[in-house]
Amino acid sequence: MSDLEQLPDRGGPAQPLLIVKNLAKHFPIGSFLSGKQVVRAVDGLDLVIDKRETLGIVGESGCGKSTASRLIMSLIAPTAGEIVFDGDLVGANGGISLREYRRQVQMVFQDSYSSLNPRLTIEESIAYGPMVHGEPRGKAAARARELLEAVGLNPAQYARRFPHELSGGQRQRVNIARALALRPRLIILDEPVSALDKSVEAQVLNLLLDLKEQFGLTYLFISHDLNVVEHVADRVLVMYLGKVAEVGPVEEIFRAPAHPYTRALLASRPSMDPSRRRTEPPLRGDPPNPINPPSGCRFRTRCVLARAVCAEKVPALLRQGDGHETACHAITPNSGYTESERIAA
Amino acid sequence: MKSGNSLVRARDLHVSFVSRDETVKAVNGVDLDLAEGEVLCILGESGSGKSVTLRALMRLNPKGKTVMSGALTVAGHDMMTLPDARLSAVRGKVVSMIFQEPMTALDPVFTIGRQITETLIRHEGISRKEAEQRALDLLELVQIPSAKRRLGAYPHELSGGLRQRAMIAMAISCRPKLLLADEPTTALDATVQIQILLLLRRLQQELGMGVIFVTHDLGVAGEIADRIAVMYAGRMVELGSVGDVMAKPLHPYAQGLMGATVHAGTRGRRLTTIPGAPPDLRELIPGCAFAPRCQYAGEACRQRMPDFTYPVAGRAVRCIRAQELAA
Repeated sequence: MSDLEQLPDRGGPAQPLLIVKNLAKHFPIGSFLSGKQVVRAVDGLDLVIDKRETLGIVGESGCGKSTASRLIMSLIAPTAGEIVFDGDLVGANGGISLREYRRQVQMVFQDSYSSLNPRLTIEESIAYGPMVHGEPRGKAAARARELLEAVGLNPAQYARRFPHELSGGQRQRVNIARALALRPRLIILDEPVSALDKSVEAQVLNLLLDLKEQFGLTYLFISHDLNVVEHVADRVLVMYLGKVAEVGPVEEIFRAPAHPYTRALLASRPSMDPSRRRTEPPLRGDPPNPINPPSGCRFRTRCVLARAVCAEKVPALLRQGDGHETACHAITPNSGYTESERIAA
Repeated sequence: MKSGNSLVRARDLHVSFVSRDETVKAVNGVDLDLAEGEVLCILGESGSGKSVTLRALMRLNPKGKTVMSGALTVAGHDMMTLPDARLSAVRGKVVSMIFQEPMTALDPVFTIGRQITETLIRHEGISRKEAEQRALDLLELVQIPSAKRRLGAYPHELSGGLRQRAMIAMAISCRPKLLLADEPTTALDATVQIQILLLLRRLQQELGMGVIFVTHDLGVAGEIADRIAVMYAGRMVELGSVGDVMAKPLHPYAQGLMGATVHAGTRGRRLTTIPGAPPDLRELIPGCAFAPRCQYAGEACRQRMPDFTYPVAGRAVRCIRAQELAA
């Protein structure tokens, strides 16, 4: 009996698998001369992932989605905030140890090549984690072969190859197999298909959906591609400059987005119909620099609805419907928005 | 806008890269026609030869290890025989290119303004003062806010979207007849991508340029193309108007590509995938290159590469079963 089976569900189905509270990461930058500055990459992130669901995080570059994934994976230390995994506080006395936590949470990165050790064969890469956790070499290698089979790579053909001998899609399958090797319950997928060709992307997305069923997994799926998130996620969280703009069920967010940023993001998707081409860009300019984010609502500098109050107060996430929350003064009653003066966006 | 004149004409264009150990056949017999003021999108996956074809039009593929054959004229210049010394007169003024990653295409040690004015002085032979004024006009044309201040900015001081705009300004500075675009929006965020696509469309119409736009993204092609050419293993496999190809692709590979593209409405359904992997360009098989992955392939497909057939007016497909697939 291997001790590396998936760990039992402790909290029961109603206990969220992961709760993130007020998570923040501020990177100090600047020198003695320019003075101290901080990049508020993630600034007060709250999120909940239920068991066996897929939460998608979308946002543009610099919105903090990758920093958030590294914080949740505990690859970098947060400035503030806490993570609760299946009811246990991570890394605290009486909670779950970091070592145990990392066994249950695994990650797949965008760059399939740089995330594999070029000097290990595929089989060695996949068996590495279980061996660190005390599994004998023979057993770990056997599991690696099983997992290669599970991700659609013939072990007899691929187990002894090195990463550079595989195509991008095959390498990403290896990364997925490696993430599964410790029998995790949560997998963080950080842009897993962004570097792949369309036909390979479809293969990997199908595989991810199959594995989720087969192994009873929960996914945190980070992507800049709204179409991909709509395809795989149950709920979606929209980030803008380190803050949550909107979160809710995928169907609802894509059918009736409430935050002006979500609306613009959705309207920026190519129409897929040459007879109904876009004529005006939904947003002008690039996302601002996260070093000195705008005061109040961070989206106000690009928002068509912005008024004076948006520069003064940070909007809180407000419940809109079942699980649907939005941070926008314009739709918040008594926020002072209606009395406030218009400002040019 | 469209006149009947052919801006680009390629016949049986072959490009291969030769090294001591191997020969990679990247482009294997491409026929291409582009009218003035027309926008053609070349759609394909990595290794399909789309970027190599594009670079061949400007003879940008590395000299010494590139072997080209066939016929290729761009705006009346024979690109196969043009001496190297005269290339710089064609590049910039007749044909110019924008790239996926502006950070590597722009020179990091010169300001944006300096790079554009140098281009203008070199190609147009105007004074520095005139060139500086033209550079300012160009930055305004590509909608860079506070253009005057941005002339003095170095590439690293600009955001991704502004850098791409600056590169477009430089590419159109000498009013080329043909603009080549190699995935110029792939590295950009969604809200910036649509801005750049709309800008390119506007500039193309205002300046009456022909554009060849290489992309792997069907949605991008739908926003900008007049015609689409689908490439596979260094050959065009389907050609048609953007509306026709997107509504009903005829080549089995084009069909597979569309089926594999995630879009609104695929949720809850399994994506159709193309089995197998693209062919090895070092050892091309004799028949249709897509046959090993094609569900319709028969013995005849493996014998020889099918010629183009024209199952519907204005459409060309390289598949022996195109007629029945179109029905």
